[in-house]
Amino acid sequence: MSHYLFILVGAVLVNNVVLVKILGLCPFMGVSKKLETAYGMGAATTFVLTLATGASYIIDHFLLLPFGLEYLRTLSFIVTIAAIVQLTEMVIAKTSPTLQQTLGIYLPLITTNCAVLGVPLINIANGNGFVESLLFGAGSAVGFSLVLILFAGIRERIEGADVPLHFRGAAIAMVTAGLMALAFMGFAGLDKYQ
Amino acid sequence: MDILLAIAIMALGAVVLGAALGYASIKFKVEGDPLVDKIDAILPQTQCGQCGFPGCKPYAEAIAKGEVDINLCPPGGMEGVQRLADLLGREVKPLDAEEKPKQIAIIDENTCIGCTLCIQACPVDAIVGAAKQMHTIIAGQCTGCELCLPPCPVECIRMEAIGENIDNWKWKYPVVEIKAADAARPAIKEAA
Amino acid sequence: MLHQLFKFKGGVKPPTNKTQSVTLPIAAAPLPSRLIVPLHQSIGGTPRPVVQAGDKVRKGQLIGEADGWISAAVHAPTSGTVLAVAMQPQPHPSGLDALSVVIEPDGRDEWIDRQPFDYANATPDDTRRYLQQSGVVGLGGAVFPTHGKLTASRSVAMDELIINGAECEPYITCDDLLMRERAADIVRGIGIFRDLLQPKRVLIGIEDNKPEAAAAMRAAVAELGENFEVVSVPTRYPAGGAKQLIRVLTGKEVPAAKRSTDLGVQCFNVATAYTAWRAIAYGEPVVSRIVTVTGNVHAPRNYEALIGTPMDELLALAQPHPDTDGTVMGGPMMGFLVPTPDVPVVKATNCLIAHADRLFPPKAPEMPCIRCGACADACPHELQPFELYWHARAKNFGKTQQYHIFDCIECGCCSFVCPSRIPLVQYFRFAKSEIWAREREKNAADEAKTRFEFKQFREEREKAEKAEKLAKAAAAQAAKKAAEAAAAAADSSPAAPAEAAVDPAQAAKKAAIEAAMARAKAQREAAQPKNTDTLNPQQAEELAAIEARRQAAGLTDAAAGTAAVDATREAKTEE
Repeated sequence: MSHYLFILVGAVLVNNVVLVKILGLCPFMGVSKKLETAYGMGAATTFVLTLATGASYIIDHFLLLPFGLEYLRTLSFIVTIAAIVQLTEMVIAKTSPTLQQTLGIYLPLITTNCAVLGVPLINIANGNGFVESLLFGAGSAVGFSLVLILFAGIRERIEGADVPLHFRGAAIAMVTAGLMALAFMGFAGLDKYQ
Repeated sequence: MDILLAIAIMALGAVVLGAALGYASIKFKVEGDPLVDKIDAILPQTQCGQCGFPGCKPYAEAIAKGEVDINLCPPGGMEGVQRLADLLGREVKPLDAEEKPKQIAIIDENTCIGCTLCIQACPVDAIVGAAKQMHTIIAGQCTGCELCLPPCPVECIRMEAIGENIDNWKWKYPVVEIKAADAARPAIKEAA
Repeated sequence: MLHQLFKFKGGVKPPTNKTQSVTLPIAAAPLPSRLIVPLHQSIGGTPRPVVQAGDKVRKGQLIGEADGWISAAVHAPTSGTVLAVAMQPQPHPSGLDALSVVIEPDGRDEWIDRQPFDYANATPDDTRRYLQQSGVVGLGGAVFPTHGKLTASRSVAMDELIINGAECEPYITCDDLLMRERAADIVRGIGIFRDLLQPKRVLIGIEDNKPEAAAAMRAAVAELGENFEVVSVPTRYPAGGAKQLIRVLTGKEVPAAKRSTDLGVQCFNVATAYTAWRAIAYGEPVVSRIVTVTGNVHAPRNYEALIGTPMDELLALAQPHPDTDGTVMGGPMMGFLVPTPDVPVVKATNCLIAHADRLFPPKAPEMPCIRCGACADACPHELQPFELYWHARAKNFGKTQQYHIFDCIECGCCSFVCPSRIPLVQYFRFAKSEIWAREREKNAADEAKTRFEFKQFREEREKAEKAEKLAKAAAAQAAKKAAEAAAAAADSSPAAPAEAAVDPAQAAKKAAIEAAMARAKAQREAAQPKNTDTLNPQQAEELAAIEARRQAAGLTDAAAGTAAVDATREAKTEE
């Protein structure tokens, strides 16, 4: 049981997909201006990422591996992810048009979010089983959402701060992201107690 | 053989996913566009047509479709552009026209000939009067859209900026006052 | 009798500076050279002026009529001549002008015919209306029309009536002196409020730095045989805030966006009770009030000043020191520097402080917020001023509302304790007025939208009505034409000459009947083709086949419909 816990905590904090693996930076910088959109993006990505890891595991193990078609992994994963993203977009368009509008281009861009493709590939590279894959996927997604929301919270506050003129906007956001990454390195210390 | 298998598998995947998406597009079909109302709520409802659309709602619809820029509404001002940008996640652009202070129309009642043309032009029914009777503007309802100016044959309507009064006065943003140092003080210090 | 007291969170203890102005009794200020009476002196609608330049007025005469229920009348403070009804500078931080009645006193100070109000036989509604007519408003500073607060909530039982004699702000002593000298009238006034609201108990809260006032009030209550409780509350600013005093005396906390009436509590200032009694028992509307004149002056004292007295004339009575460089209306915590020294005393003016740098040294420049939290400790409303400040400064008004900026009473405790000397209250005022302005704009936009939509709807409807009318007219025209044609046909029929022998009157009648019949026939004929009456089976078959083909081609318009269709088409082209 603790094995699963380690996978989950490891994916959320220690090997955080954004700040340690440096994947999925595009939405991390793009939709973190407002807390509200960060919540939406976090939820959407969590949904997509978890589904994508599960689906890609099934495709890999029951379609690609038996027929020796490993070379089709990237292609088939991308197609699956694209379909799931489309599905998510439809659901969001139905339930929250404002969120769809505010997420804007970043919603379809989840398709090309390297985190979403990266996590299934890491799963396969690590030889994770189905439950482990799902946990790792969900953990990564939670980790992504966590830092996205934290970052959005910080950026909202920076809006009101006296930032020197040339540091305003993306520049100070980059500095902040760097500081956050440094802070997350501290979680590597959890390793000792494994 | 291998390549055929690969093609078959990819085709199978495409069919399954395509079917799922097709089902979802029916199931989650969006009726109407609730976004238009949200955009319309930000627009100032002057119905002035300065954006090139016949009223605020058509402009809101065009924005929602992504056909036009968000900086075409002069009465909304930069603040309106900012709020639209926030709602839609678009870039803030400078206003496409100069920003005017809020104003209302005033009819010079001595010159008015009672032609009712301005009454027909007013989009918010803020002008009262009858044929060959003097017209006047209900100041509280006037949106300052200037649509009544061109139809007037005797040019008796003018725009007047709404001045500040005690009711609409706003506290100003606190600014740090920089005062010149008191010239007398250093002198005293030196003396001491 | 010991009353259990509660505590409110936060608050500060600034030096009270009250002793200077309590040594001398209340003095009546002499008649000023002129009086400027602003019409808008209370919250709510601006009263309409009912006098004109040149009118003679007497003391207590109505000069401004209340506009709406939440509004209070304004009266002439002395007898004299109205010089003008014009825009005049106001004791308002904006420094803007507002409509005022300028009166030149004639020196006689002649009252109108004062009639005591027959309070015992009046209905509560009459009493409320009378108080409105007498211009009785909250004199604690908020100037809310008193009659508007004198209706008990229907859903909540009125538990406590609280009379606010706390007077927590430094320098101000007008309520203190009023309670010392005119306690009996105050208590009688409270009796009226009690009768109107029917509370379970009446509590009079007085800060414990005013023992004389409390003693005077206790004596008056005992003398008049009332069961009001006079309670000494600990001296701590802002104990005189309505919500704070309610908290201290009853332990009830008024939640955000709720009024104290929702909890069965109502709060009035002592001076309000006094003016209510003067209005009812003596028929005197509110034309004067007690004003503390203090600060950088030689002889601080309380004056009973007429509403409309220029502040500089009132201040001169207390002999300000030569280095006085301004006048503060209100106390040092919540007051403001008036824009020009000659603005008038209004109903909200409880105190005038002669300002000098010696007394109120200028603040050192604002420093960055260090988030020490001192302001949150001091806030009597348990807000987080440092967060409010952050968002107000960034003009992030939505966030300020999330942090409950509208619960802020602008008491100034946060600014008082701020080690970085940030003028927090100014930021909050700025944010509040911006939010209000937006609200106003939003409401105006909504109204414009409904009006625009209605206009569109009306235009559509008018268009439709016009089209309908035109269609009807065209149809009538067509019918008339057909009838004329039929009549012409009837006239040329061979039956006419045979009947020529019958007397002309009958012939005319018959002709008319025949013409009518012919018209009807013609109409029928126009409606259905005549040649289908007698058909052989073959013809019928052919006809059915043609009909079927026509139907298939979509040409189902029966001949009968064509006239009407043509008419509508005509109407459409006309547009």
